[in-house]
Amino acid sequence: MSTVVKAGGAGADYLDERTGLSKFMKKNLGKIFPDHWSFMLGEIALYSFIVLLLTGVYLSLFFKPSMTEVVYNGSFQPLNGIKMSEAYASTIDISWDIRGGLLMRQIHHWAALLFVAAITVHLFRVFFTGAFRKPREMNWVIGVGLLTLGVLEGFAGYSLPDDLLSGTGLRIAQGITQSVPLVGTYAAMFLFGGEFPGDDFIPRLYIVHVLLIPGIILALITAHLMLVWYQKHTQYPGPGRTEDNVVGYRLFPVYTAKAGGFFFVVFGVTALLGAFVTINPVWMFGPYTPTQITAGSQPDWYIGWLDGALRLMPNWEITAFGYTISPNVFLPAAVIPGILFTALGLYPFIEQWVTGDKRHHNILDRPRNVPVRTALGATAISFYLILWIGGGNDIIAQSFDLSINAITWTLRAMLFVVPPLVFVVTRRVCLGLQRRDREKLLHGYETGTILRMPTGEYLELHAPISDTERAVLLGHEQYAPLALEAGPDDNGVEPKQGLSTRVRARLSRAYFGEQVPVPSDGELAEAEHHAHELAERQRRQIEG
Amino acid sequence: MSGQGHEIEPSEPAGAPSAHAPGLPPHQQRRADIDPIAARRAERQVALMFVGAALMVIAFVAAFVAWPSVYTTFTLPVLGTVSASNFFLGLTLGLSLFLIGAGAIHWAKKLMPDVEEVDERHPMRGTDEERAAAVAAFERGTAESGFVHRPLIRRTLLGAMALLPLPVVILLRDLGPLPRERLRSTLWSDGVRIVTDPALTPIKPSDIPYGGLVSCVPESLAEVEEEEGTLNARGKSPIVLVRLRPEEIRSQQGDDWDYEGILAYSKICTHVGCPTALYEQQTHHLLCPCHQSTFDLADGGNVVFGPAARSMPQLAITVDADGYLVARGDFDQPVGPSFWERG
Repeated sequence: MSTVVKAGGAGADYLDERTGLSKFMKKNLGKIFPDHWSFMLGEIALYSFIVLLLTGVYLSLFFKPSMTEVVYNGSFQPLNGIKMSEAYASTIDISWDIRGGLLMRQIHHWAALLFVAAITVHLFRVFFTGAFRKPREMNWVIGVGLLTLGVLEGFAGYSLPDDLLSGTGLRIAQGITQSVPLVGTYAAMFLFGGEFPGDDFIPRLYIVHVLLIPGIILALITAHLMLVWYQKHTQYPGPGRTEDNVVGYRLFPVYTAKAGGFFFVVFGVTALLGAFVTINPVWMFGPYTPTQITAGSQPDWYIGWLDGALRLMPNWEITAFGYTISPNVFLPAAVIPGILFTALGLYPFIEQWVTGDKRHHNILDRPRNVPVRTALGATAISFYLILWIGGGNDIIAQSFDLSINAITWTLRAMLFVVPPLVFVVTRRVCLGLQRRDREKLLHGYETGTILRMPTGEYLELHAPISDTERAVLLGHEQYAPLALEAGPDDNGVEPKQGLSTRVRARLSRAYFGEQVPVPSDGELAEAEHHAHELAERQRRQIEG
Repeated sequence: MSGQGHEIEPSEPAGAPSAHAPGLPPHQQRRADIDPIAARRAERQVALMFVGAALMVIAFVAAFVAWPSVYTTFTLPVLGTVSASNFFLGLTLGLSLFLIGAGAIHWAKKLMPDVEEVDERHPMRGTDEERAAAVAAFERGTAESGFVHRPLIRRTLLGAMALLPLPVVILLRDLGPLPRERLRSTLWSDGVRIVTDPALTPIKPSDIPYGGLVSCVPESLAEVEEEEGTLNARGKSPIVLVRLRPEEIRSQQGDDWDYEGILAYSKICTHVGCPTALYEQQTHHLLCPCHQSTFDLADGGNVVFGPAARSMPQLAITVDADGYLVARGDFDQPVGPSFWERG
């Protein structure tokens, strides 16, 4: 036995005597996880969070969260002698006077962009495959919470250096806070310790950014992963996959190596980005001052849609009874995101109510097989994207030499026209794909080989699909729409159908009223028989 | 679901997974599974990546020492001018991490088992016995505690707990002052000189050409900032001066608030408070770069486009005895974004 194994054994023995480690290891080292590229999206989010923690701790060793005014005197010559906050000066020091400081700042920023992006795409995957269905609704809600916190945390971090760009972002955030009816003015005064910008906000934001939000994120990630662990991962339909099993590889050694290795890959890629691609060069923006601004100022990507909503909103404001309500600010910046995130969090429960389905689901849906859900998702994404494009209307106007007014009006119109169109088109595409799946199951795939019969008849040869594909195509179940009871019962009593029942039946019909049926066993057998006959006929014809 | 008969019930799914679905496909052997030479090669590839990672760590240390100043730059194609220190530290750190990861994944893919295995899932729900036992344990504890049978204890406890958030709220009171009239006044008052930003030089009407736009602040700003130690005054009081020909001025917010065609408007956008900066001479439009609210300075600062609802507040100006531009008073309304009590 090698020394390593012996030492490891001694350590394990020590722990097992005290904690019963062996029971845990016996149960979990051989745990099976399914394999699919789309399952790595959540992993990217997790790993970029770890990168953020590591680089963030490093940055906190040097960053001074203070709005006290200092005069800069350091390596970055162009700013020498200029008055600025200590927060900004220390960020410049990190960038230009501390070896590796700039690298850590850039890795931190890239990892933050990646963190929110990975959460977003992971959310798409979970949504479109129906992974949020029972028993995983709670984990969906936790995930929506993580996305919200990720965006807030990113914005907080972006705002800390107190450069001209981030200070302008804070000014906007303060203006939005002030727009909240009834309590907005007080909320803004309390947050900023008085009027904007004051000298309290950066230190306050700092503790929110380095302790409060990351602490909550860490707790939620732990709960998120424990639930995945305990409920076991979902899997795509395929050969040998059922609702009652999970097919894949063992945690140790395969996933230890793959997932562990993937962490290093994510960290490595963010480090290379930090080396090659400048991100947030705060030294070029200058220190924040409320009198200055740069044209074409843009937030980080995940704030773009909110900025776009602010830009596209018409200028409605109401003053009545001596009070002012500003829907032009409050609606796009607080109400719309509030509604969208609430709807997102509630979606699993809404769908469950429509389907009336309380069973567990461990096999994922292929998006085409639930056309209305897929169409709803695509609709929401198109709405989000139009707002996001709106956030860059000035950049578009400048790049393409277009009128900013025309772009804004076009986007306003698109916000109402495009999402419904996307819904209709996506749903039709899904149904088309379902039809093709059915064709493939019944008649095989088109080989592209055209055969001319001695009779002059042309036939295209179809070949049966592989067993694996067959398992995938057959691996989904279809709901029938919920039906309202028709007419009075035997005793002549009209069925009592409240509004909610009728709405529910209506929604259910919208969801499942039109779908292409999966071939039944009988149809499959018949098709097989038919294929045999056809092949036999072809063989006879060819042999003459 | 109540199962009352009149409720709608979910029907059974129409197409449950078919009996035609096949089981696990047979395992395909990889090269490294059957060919010892291929396995050796894969082993060497993995080891090579780990060696590369180790070398990169050493190179990282070398780069740290080699460039004591982050400010030393050099020029690269595509990337342009980069900091040598940042470039090589990032390159070596990134490659070492990447190679460790790539090596581990290659190892897993080529040499570790790739035979799929099956775990059974177990229902999340406890069995009926377990549930009954859980309920019994809970009821026993509840009964023993007397939580139900001693309402006096229960109610006083709940009452005390309900009040407990109060200190939290109270403690947050001193986070900031009450708004009062703070948002309604700026540094401007009768006779305050208008000085340029950031040079702080006083301006005579003749200093401003037709069509020109000058960013200005009150002369008292520097002193107030020194005293307060914040940029609060700067957040409210900046203005822009613009000179138009008398026939170009279509309206103002007050009679003769201009001085010889020189108009003074707040610089702080009435939408969410960004400083407006982009002035178009031909149209007299002032544009806010944040959300593109556009104000017509020749027409009383009215909004001509964008999400801002209110006109830019105008400041009445004149000249003092020395011929320098001064304010005739404060703004007649709060500047900057709207708020509930604004009215």
